Amino acid sequence: MKKALVNKIIPFSCVDGPGNRTAVFLQGCNFSCQYCHNPETITVCENCGECVAYCKTGALTFTAGKMSYDSSRCVLCDACIRHCRKLSSPRTELLSAQETMERVRRNMPYIRGITVSGGECTRQAEYLKELLRLAKAEGLHTLLDSNGSYAFREDEELLDLCDGVMLDVKEADVQLHKELTGCDNQQVLDNLVFLAEKKKLHEVRTVVMAEHFRAENTILCTGKLLKSYLSEQNIRYKIIKYRSVGVREPYRSRLVPPSDEMLERLGKLAEDIGFKEIIII
Amino acid sequence: MRSISMERVEQTRQAMLDTVKSATLTHEQKVAAMANLADSLLEVLDYPEGLEDMLFVPFEKQLICDLNEGHAPLRPRYIVPDYEKFMREGSAFLQLPPPKDIWEAVNYLLIFYKHVPSVTNFPVYIGNIDYLLDPFIKDEQEAKKAIRLFLLQIDRTILDSFCHANIGPKATRAGYLILELEKELEQAVPNLTLKYEEGVTQDDFALAAVEASLHSAKPSFANHKMFTSELGEDYVIASCYNGLLLGGGSYTLSRLLLGHIAERAENIEDFKNRVLPQVMETMAAYMDARIRFIVEESGFFENNFLAKEGFIYRDRFSAMYGLVGMAECVNTLMKKEGKTCRFGASEEADRLGVEIMDIIDAFNRKHKNIYCGATGNSFLLHAQVGLASDTGSSPGCRIPIGEEPESFPEHLRHCEKFHKYFPSGIGDIFPIDTTVHKNPEYVLDIVKGAFKNQVRYLSFYEKDSDVVRITGYLVKRSEMEKLKAGQNVLQDTTALGLGGTENGHLLERKVR
Ligand code: SF4
Ligand code: SF4
Repeated sequence: MKKALVNKIIPFSCVDGPGNRTAVFLQGCNFSCQYCHNPETITVCENCGECVAYCKTGALTFTAGKMSYDSSRCVLCDACIRHCRKLSSPRTELLSAQETMERVRRNMPYIRGITVSGGECTRQAEYLKELLRLAKAEGLHTLLDSNGSYAFREDEELLDLCDGVMLDVKEADVQLHKELTGCDNQQVLDNLVFLAEKKKLHEVRTVVMAEHFRAENTILCTGKLLKSYLSEQNIRYKIIKYRSVGVREPYRSRLVPPSDEMLERLGKLAEDIGFKEIIII
Repeated sequence: MRSISMERVEQTRQAMLDTVKSATLTHEQKVAAMANLADSLLEVLDYPEGLEDMLFVPFEKQLICDLNEGHAPLRPRYIVPDYEKFMREGSAFLQLPPPKDIWEAVNYLLIFYKHVPSVTNFPVYIGNIDYLLDPFIKDEQEAKKAIRLFLLQIDRTILDSFCHANIGPKATRAGYLILELEKELEQAVPNLTLKYEEGVTQDDFALAAVEASLHSAKPSFANHKMFTSELGEDYVIASCYNGLLLGGGSYTLSRLLLGHIAERAENIEDFKNRVLPQVMETMAAYMDARIRFIVEESGFFENNFLAKEGFIYRDRFSAMYGLVGMAECVNTLMKKEGKTCRFGASEEADRLGVEIMDIIDAFNRKHKNIYCGATGNSFLLHAQVGLASDTGSSPGCRIPIGEEPESFPEHLRHCEKFHKYFPSGIGDIFPIDTTVHKNPEYVLDIVKGAFKNQVRYLSFYEKDSDVVRITGYLVKRSEMEKLKAGQNVLQDTTALGLGGTENGHLLERKVR
């Protein structure tokens, strides 16, 4: 079975969906968002070995052109990540779905489900489906956290295995979406409607910054696309305040967090459009 | 009665005078302290051999502690009246008929509480108050007002956070009102427990309880299924978190100071085979002597109206066999074996803890006391939470503060290993950070999981809330600040809380 590169597993998470869940973060993303607060999950380590020199605890070693990582010696100082010039991390593990499920099982019966996040979880679809299958077999609720670049329409199997998707709608305008993430957003908007139609849209999320990009337009546009579904389904809208923690330069110095008034105004807007549950964090 | 030395009389007289002149004790606290001092002059109990060296020595040398129960117990330590009966029938002694409406219900209960003695002179159990009051709710607004005044009076006149109310397991209108009010009032008293069982307690009610607990540090959650299986349907949670029988209570509670006992042993084998058994034997014999005096000589069960009118029954009483400092005990023994592994952080250390519990449990099952018929003539094990004056001793089987595992699941796994031994109480406390996200279902999922895995009792509080859980009881941070500044405060537990936070770093628990 195909293994996946796992960035980390959070045993108990209260912020990745309803109730208590184990959150699995996969390495690698096809977007490269300016405001990404964990940019070290974006690319897969190239084994250049540069970061080894910055590790003071001996958690990292570089032999025969390969990195290896010993989590028991790591003190999570993040020096390696800060010095990686390729938006990657040496602190990943190659795990099979079964091995991942073993870790998840340790947290049962305390959790009600799992959330697979990233990076972008759909980049490792084979593994993802196997993991969801195993989780379902244990009676766990399954959620995906996705940037929406995957053609869910063409993967019925995946859709059947997940109970819902938390979808990032980062920007409604194509050009601005490209500027923000490096990719266009047609697939994202298609998924928005498709997932709602299939009753698998658990939550829509938009990160809000003070000036750049236009959250207002994005919320309006999302509302318009979901109009016919909002009355019969509870689709949560999570409006996320941009925070500079973890964000890389040069964006960190450029991007500005929004005011609380602005967030409130946006929340009100989403409410007026017909979203019943709005969370501002 | 045995005679005592003049020297001891003089010491006691001095302590009494100091009590009279104290600047920080309230009037009620002085009266209670004076009574304890007077009682300390009596010598009527038959002490078992060897007790003196284990009990009547400075704290660092003590192996057994009797938690200031005094020398001549005039009542059982914890009393758990059957308030349902009182609501049904009233009381001849109190000259009260059964209440007819919500105002009479709260008023009569408040009167009754005045007459329920305990070791602190305040009632440690005040009823399953939602079930007691629910039948009287007609108009919700009016009921809310009545219950608000009821809770207010309890907080301001029962000056001790060991006073405990229960709610649940099923949702009632009164239950919701109580949770709502506790959120509004943010009071330390009464301590509150929801008897919780998945499938019996409605999720919505349990979530309201979680929200209240993240707001004002209560209620705590008791594993209803587990308590019922051990004590039957008619059990209550009293004082800190003690499972006791309704219409009964506990005659007495002494505790093994496991950390100190370990110091006396050469090594693990010596501890298990020689030192611990001796101390266990002595403490059980001491408790037997106390119980004998209460039952056979004090006259309590013959004369007190609670017993005469059938609000309590002698044969519903048991006694609590307590222990404290498992962490220190295990760590000390490991050190004696030349090992550095620590309780709560290593499999090996935890395994030793479990072995010690098995030994204590087996001893307790074997030791019989004819006055504990309600619990199979055995005492009930109790993981005692400590005293404010304790130093270098962690509550019951808790992992010392500052050494908790990084991972929350691991911490819960640790609870799973120990909670099952203690029908008369053990509990763990978790401060929760809700600043990032409000997700009460997260907490409820943890309760559900824990109770499936033999965890008995859990408490949560928001890391920054004013009401905080000290070891088992609640205290307001703002009141501790006042006391620290030399002002006097209403509740006696505030002083315990202050001592606890200073000696036990209780506000530095790992936030989850
Ligand atoms: S994490 Fe970055 S710096 Fe380290 S080896 Fe991989 S690519 Fe190189
Ligand atoms: S985070 Fe861990 S692996 Fe990276 S430099 Fe620090 S100790 Fe080394």
